[in-house]
Amino acid sequence: MAETAPAIELKGISKAFGPVQANKDISIRVMPGTIHGIIGENGAGKSTLMSILYGFYKADKGEIFIAGQKTEIPDSQAAISAGIGMVFQHFKLVENFTVLENIILGAEDGGLLRPSLAKARKSLLELEQEYGLNVDPDAVIEDLGVGMQQRVEILKALYRKADILILDEPTGVLTPAEADQLFRILDRLREEGKTIILITHKLREIMEATDTVSVMRRGEMTATVKTSDTSPAELAELMVGRKVLLRVDKKPATPGDVVLDIKGLRVVDEQKVERVKGIDLQVRAGEIVGIAGVAGNGQSELLEVLGGYAKATGSVSLNGEALDLTGKEADGRSRRKRGIGHVPEDRQREGLIMDFSAWENTAFGYHRSEAYQSGLLLNNAAIRDDTAGKMERFDVRPPNPALAAKSFSGGNQQKVVLAREIERNPELLLVGQPTRGVDIGAIEFIHQQIVALRDQGKAILLVSVELEEILALADRVAVMFDGHIMGERQSAETDEKELGLLMAGVGS
Amino acid sequence: MDVIPKWAEVILVPLISLILAAILSALVILAIGEDPVAAVNLMVTGALGSTYGWGYTLYYATNFLFTGLAVSVAFHAGLFNIGGEGQAMLGGLGVALACLLIPWPHWTIALLAATVMAGLFGAAWAAIPAFLQAKRGSHIVITTIMFNFIAAAVLNYILVNVMRPPGSMDPASARFPEAVHLPTLHDILGVVGISFSKAAPANITFLIAIAACFLVWLLLWRTWLGYEIRSYGKSEPAAKYAGISPVAITMIAMLISGALAGMMAINNVMGEAERLVLNAVEGAGFIGIAVALMGRSHPFGVFLAAILFGFLYQGGAELALWTSIPRELIVVIQALVILFTGALDNMVRMPLEKLFLMLRRRDA
Amino acid sequence: MDFLTLIQLFDSTIRLATPLLLACLAGLFSERAGIFDIGLEGKMLAAAFFSAAIAAITGSVWLGLLAGMAASVALSLLHGVASITFRGNQLISGVAINFLAAGLTVLIAQDWFQQGGRTPSLMGGGRFEPITLPFAENLAAVPFLGPIYSELISGHSILVYVAFAMVPLTWWILFRTRFGLRLRAVGENPAAVDTAGVSVVGLRYAAVLICGILCGIAGAYLSTALQAGFVKDMSAGRGFIALAALIFAKWRPWYALYATLLFGLFGALETRPDVIQNIIGMKVQGQLLGALPYIMTVIILAGFVGKAVPPRAGGEPYVKER
Repeated sequence: MAETAPAIELKGISKAFGPVQANKDISIRVMPGTIHGIIGENGAGKSTLMSILYGFYKADKGEIFIAGQKTEIPDSQAAISAGIGMVFQHFKLVENFTVLENIILGAEDGGLLRPSLAKARKSLLELEQEYGLNVDPDAVIEDLGVGMQQRVEILKALYRKADILILDEPTGVLTPAEADQLFRILDRLREEGKTIILITHKLREIMEATDTVSVMRRGEMTATVKTSDTSPAELAELMVGRKVLLRVDKKPATPGDVVLDIKGLRVVDEQKVERVKGIDLQVRAGEIVGIAGVAGNGQSELLEVLGGYAKATGSVSLNGEALDLTGKEADGRSRRKRGIGHVPEDRQREGLIMDFSAWENTAFGYHRSEAYQSGLLLNNAAIRDDTAGKMERFDVRPPNPALAAKSFSGGNQQKVVLAREIERNPELLLVGQPTRGVDIGAIEFIHQQIVALRDQGKAILLVSVELEEILALADRVAVMFDGHIMGERQSAETDEKELGLLMAGVGS
Repeated sequence: MDVIPKWAEVILVPLISLILAAILSALVILAIGEDPVAAVNLMVTGALGSTYGWGYTLYYATNFLFTGLAVSVAFHAGLFNIGGEGQAMLGGLGVALACLLIPWPHWTIALLAATVMAGLFGAAWAAIPAFLQAKRGSHIVITTIMFNFIAAAVLNYILVNVMRPPGSMDPASARFPEAVHLPTLHDILGVVGISFSKAAPANITFLIAIAACFLVWLLLWRTWLGYEIRSYGKSEPAAKYAGISPVAITMIAMLISGALAGMMAINNVMGEAERLVLNAVEGAGFIGIAVALMGRSHPFGVFLAAILFGFLYQGGAELALWTSIPRELIVVIQALVILFTGALDNMVRMPLEKLFLMLRRRDA
Repeated sequence: MDFLTLIQLFDSTIRLATPLLLACLAGLFSERAGIFDIGLEGKMLAAAFFSAAIAAITGSVWLGLLAGMAASVALSLLHGVASITFRGNQLISGVAINFLAAGLTVLIAQDWFQQGGRTPSLMGGGRFEPITLPFAENLAAVPFLGPIYSELISGHSILVYVAFAMVPLTWWILFRTRFGLRLRAVGENPAAVDTAGVSVVGLRYAAVLICGILCGIAGAYLSTALQAGFVKDMSAGRGFIALAALIFAKWRPWYALYATLLFGLFGALETRPDVIQNIIGMKVQGQLLGALPYIMTVIILAGFVGKAVPPRAGGEPYVKER
């Protein structure tokens, strides 16, 4: 049998953004009718590679072959013509348009809408029957859930006769149940002869869903292997470049009194959607409680309420004294006064002002504290001194307080935030995604600092979407799903499997 | 990482923008059949060649300092206050009321009272758009534009129906009493023996404007309130995280901005006209936008830009007097400065970024 | 108050609403595509000058109209270059364009005509003359409907009819054509348009160009139909009233018609204080009427009377992101 041409073949793709080499001499072959996974850490260059394939960026060097034919992809239109469809991590839908309008956008037949819409309605019905992808064509996007919206994205690609479907971190916003449903759809698409590229940083998805997997690290393709011939441990090693033992050296916890006591907490967001639906949770002195769960199940809102910038009902007390959840004291400043430190989930959006220098960022949130004032004015010299000390103790590189936050690497930015929050000696430290986008070296350091704070008898509430991190760091784990706490476990007595079920909303 | 070094960002970018604006203006002058070199000469002699010229240059600069600072403070909070014009009109009303209602014994007290009234009225006029932005999310650019027009209508009504002295046909207030007459630069410099033109309108307000520059700098970079304003302007989510109230900062920044714009009135209404007329502001509120952009919203930059625009204004007036080039040339220059330093910023920046990247590569 | 006064009032409402309507629809195209435009005023002013100037020089109002549209389109392109190509601040660009027009028109007018920044008065073929619609004179005698047809509907310049025809046309383009779908999409979520393989830049430039053409007609109407020649600052804030009307109309074509008619009525009433006094038995200050469009817009913006939600991507330059 003659060898079939790969559906996609990339040869020697390189791409630099200014001084940053995002893709370095990447070659990959994706065979038709397979699900091909691309795995790598955040910032490994996966999305850049796919954006090149979809015509979003132009590669500096390299060639693209589609079904054996050398193909130039200068823009998305060319990618679409070449039969490539892409489902982005952040959906590219017009929120106040209907499903049908979104589907025909850019692929209309002729200048008038009416015939295009009629035709699309018919094709949509056919696609529904072919792949079991039912969606109400007249629903407005903003009324649909994320799972449905993702379906619309897939339909958009299929309507454009895509043979190759790229999905970029498709499960990031999905519940495990929705993710399973997605993988069933992908299986069905593969059966119909479609080629699928699945980009993810989650090992489990690769193992479950793909036929072949390619691993990327720091802009380079480190390996391509058959999924059945590899193991999660091997993939993890390929991803990070050395054997990782995601284990943190720590003594068993010796929990003391209850520091944080949450009772019947409910959070309704600005869109009037209830995000946290009555949870009870306690965190004691000298313990780390981890909140596990798929992103978007109410963890962020919980942190926001405790951090003082979202309103809630129910009761929360700190060392036996109630926190204000709705009134004048429900703000970040009052929380800090009460001894709550907060390392936010998104440091670039919330934790730092990227244009401010490191020393200005060190005062952030504490800029009204007395140590930083002299009379009516800010004592900038004192803040600078304080920053220099913090940078040294937390090994921030380069240790230059005058440098803007945006000039530091992700790990060093996180250390600036961590130093600021930990050295205030908080009664309770809230930590969200402490190692997201942080290099391996810094991860260990950050974990050690958190454990050290625990060992001083402080209470720590950790939110992370990385189960491994939760298991390694937390003493006790609570799993959030759809705004509820599905269950609590001692981390020594549980495993990923059990927690995974809870995260999916199954179980006790 | 920053591609452009800070010194280039602060000096080179505005300078290139200014040069581009100057070249285009020269072309405009050429196109209407005049000689740009002669025009510049005339402007320089007219605006800087005598203490009379300086007196006008600094008088105009004083106006622009206040409005430029007003726009800058709002910019730092991420707000575009395009309503300086209306706020300055209302400031004028405040000054007029202060000067006409109470018989002040001495100009010093009158100046204090007038400054407070000007600031209060200006701030009040900024308060509604600020409140609507903070609480209802109404776009402050649109509301402040609308408030400029409403201010003009209000002032028109008050001047015609309330403040106009009986028998006068002019839509203007009565003259202020002699006691509130502010010392001019002629009076002030005379004390130290420097002779300065008596006819020029520059007055003690210029010194107040310089003090305002310093105070604004102090506020923005040396107090926690300024820190909060700048933080909020850079990132609203981060500000919320840090316990900075978006509503409070929006209100405070706009009130300060409005007060500064309003305080311009002590210069033009109290210092110069000594009565309130309809078109007292003469577009200074809008020039504040150009001044703030040009000065990169930094009080020192604003100071330099205000002097520059003061020069352009006085020089332009001289041009209109001696050549067939109308005063509107200044409006064109002002537009070009806004265009290049504000809207086409990236056009100047992109080639510079490429240049510095190239230089850095060569070094590496 | 008699019927004829009312007809006259509405007649002048239509004449005053026309430039507002054209500018409002111009802004509608631009803002629906995500490009805020506070430079409507400047574009109108530039068009008003160039149409009057060219009409005065050539004696042809049609050439004048073309020149006006060209001037307005040139400023639109400048706005496009600043806000689309160089991703600059759209509001600041708009401000700059307003000043540019205010300054250049006077400068050029002075250079060309030496009449203190105005053009010579236009006569004959240099102006758009009123058109008498068929049978207008025959039907004038019919009670009620006759005067409405012959006085109110008939007897306007061609540009008035163009403006009113633009309303259904705009609606049709926006909601019934491929171009309209894409235009609305690019104002809501340009990334959706981009990933669908359609050029965001192309669409936005198209929108900005249409905006320029319509502003051009609006400006030409001011100086060659409503008045007979250009005078300094003759747009007199109409661009901002049109902007107010656009918000008032919540970016919809038919509402734009109603909003501009309402604001046109305020304008007409301003010149006829006697009419209001007759109706409500009270004297209303002219200044209040003049400021009313702005006050109403602020109230609308405040969200006390229905929320005006602008296109979601409005004012934001589009930067590709992963």
